[in-house]
Amino acid sequence: MTRLNTALMLSAALAVSACANASRFGPDYGNDGGANAGLNSGAPISTGPVPGSAQDPRSPAYFQQTVGDRVLFPVDQSTLTAEGRATLDGQAQWLLTNSDYLAVIEGHADEQGTREYNLALGARRANAVREYLVSKGIAASRLKFLSYGKERPIAICSEEACYAQNRRAVTIISAGLTS
Amino acid sequence: MMMTRLLTLIAALVALAFPATAQNGPLRIEITEGVVEPLPYAVPDFVTESGGSGEMAAQLARVVADDLTGTGLFREIPRDAHISQVTSFASPVQFADWKAINAQALITGAVAVNGGQLVVKFRVYDVFAGTELGKGLQFVGTTDGWRRMAHKVADAVYSRITGEGGYFDSRVVFVSETGPKDERLKRLAVMDYDGANVQYLTDSSSIVLAPRFSPSGDRVLYTSYETGFPRIHVLDVGNVQSTILENRDGDMSFAPRFAPDGRTVIFSLTKGSNTDIFTMDINSRQTTQLTTTPSIETAPSYSPDGRSIVFESDRSGTQQLYIMPAGGGDAQRISFGPGRYGTPVWSPRGDLIAFTKQNGGRFHIGVMRTDGSEERLLTASFLDEGPTWAPNGRVIMFTRETQGASGEASLYSVDISGRNLKKVRTPGAASDPSWGPLQ
Repeated sequence: MTRLNTALMLSAALAVSACANASRFGPDYGNDGGANAGLNSGAPISTGPVPGSAQDPRSPAYFQQTVGDRVLFPVDQSTLTAEGRATLDGQAQWLLTNSDYLAVIEGHADEQGTREYNLALGARRANAVREYLVSKGIAASRLKFLSYGKERPIAICSEEACYAQNRRAVTIISAGLTS
Repeated sequence: MMMTRLLTLIAALVALAFPATAQNGPLRIEITEGVVEPLPYAVPDFVTESGGSGEMAAQLARVVADDLTGTGLFREIPRDAHISQVTSFASPVQFADWKAINAQALITGAVAVNGGQLVVKFRVYDVFAGTELGKGLQFVGTTDGWRRMAHKVADAVYSRITGEGGYFDSRVVFVSETGPKDERLKRLAVMDYDGANVQYLTDSSSIVLAPRFSPSGDRVLYTSYETGFPRIHVLDVGNVQSTILENRDGDMSFAPRFAPDGRTVIFSLTKGSNTDIFTMDINSRQTTQLTTTPSIETAPSYSPDGRSIVFESDRSGTQQLYIMPAGGGDAQRISFGPGRYGTPVWSPRGDLIAFTKQNGGRFHIGVMRTDGSEERLLTASFLDEGPTWAPNGRVIMFTRETQGASGEASLYSVDISGRNLKKVRTPGAASDPSWGPLQ
């Protein structure tokens, strides 16, 4: 029961964050929160995932939730961790399979730094991801990057628990070549 | 007697600008806590002459008093302690009455209005010497601009008594902030140095960062995410029209600042993981690359003579301050204390560099000589950053942000002596101030 509640809360949280992202990055960035609601009700899936839902391996929602859209960095570093590289291997695989999607990589920093340095640091992080994905065979032309510095934290406490989540690079999938 | 006291104040100001500190071995960091006894003065309501209203005459005197007292160098003798009433601008001053309440300086003024034209006159008296300090002056302006006239009076008084240039008739461009920390809305705004007359320059549809006034105050450089990517823009303060300056696909541009010539823009450009410093001629949009190291070079600021540039770089492994010639070339590191140094800004007098320092989990605003000597930290908090200089190089304004989920940014100012730290009045949360020139 505890496990189920956790799962429900998690999928609700993901749906919310996906909606927030959709509004930030425009309608190209699709996600179907409704499919999560279906899952939450416990209905058995017998006919395969709803196309575009988080259960559809070809969907950006699947990329975000299952492949993992973000990697985290140590303080003032832009070097990829082993865990980060494993996530990016999954991202590269997904992008190779779903070659009609583009991606924008957003780099972020925690609040422990000056505004402009953090912009440059976020760019280093985003570019580290971009270079890794290119090394795994993704065309550089499909990947853009930018930095938000410390302007868009996702966790807002002033403690390491939050800072660790904010030192991130997030790969945002957008419909591209064929849509 | 009075002159002696005034001269003492001037001497104190000079001393505060640079307390002699013996430097033995490595740089030692101190937060200066110089103390000076503020000079007592009186400013009765201005006299109403033809067409002037008593209310405006009183408000003018209040703004003058707020300016002077706000420096921490002056202390107003409250009006209810005054013995003499000043009823005519021309009649002789009863010095004995002002001596009796220990007002060492007396400021009198008069206001007249003809149509939309406002005429403000003032005199400053050295009460204990029983003489006028300098000549009476008059300013002519519009009734709408009455606060500026008061600031001009205060600037003249401040200058005469301290021997320093004033800074009250100046404006500050900043980022006005609303909304929660993870969804902060930001828009550019400009206001008088004391927080009056706020005017918004952009809406909050895109993130805007770090505006910087042009040397004459007619334009503002800033970074905006309007295109979806950080790009430097220039905005005309008069007609509030903005233009994008740099828009190369795949690059990020930020940290713009004008050269003293008002035609050259210096900024950071990020290509891949490397951030370097470039200049751009604002008319031709020709760019020149000044740094080439594979590290982060940002936050450039020119010396007032335009010959040198101070900037921050992490080429040594951590953020430190460097100075290079305006055309690029060899850079000399000037920061050597513990911690990290960023956002250097050259003083309008040319003698000091203000900076943000991070050390031991705290942030400081500090100043140092241009050779890196005599470093002094003026503030300490969870997050202080982004100093900007008052036009006279005596006061620094900066951003202070409080910690935690409800953390909020405010503007603060502090004297370069480390004294008189205070919050600047803004309509809500505010960050990234840039202090414009004396108008």
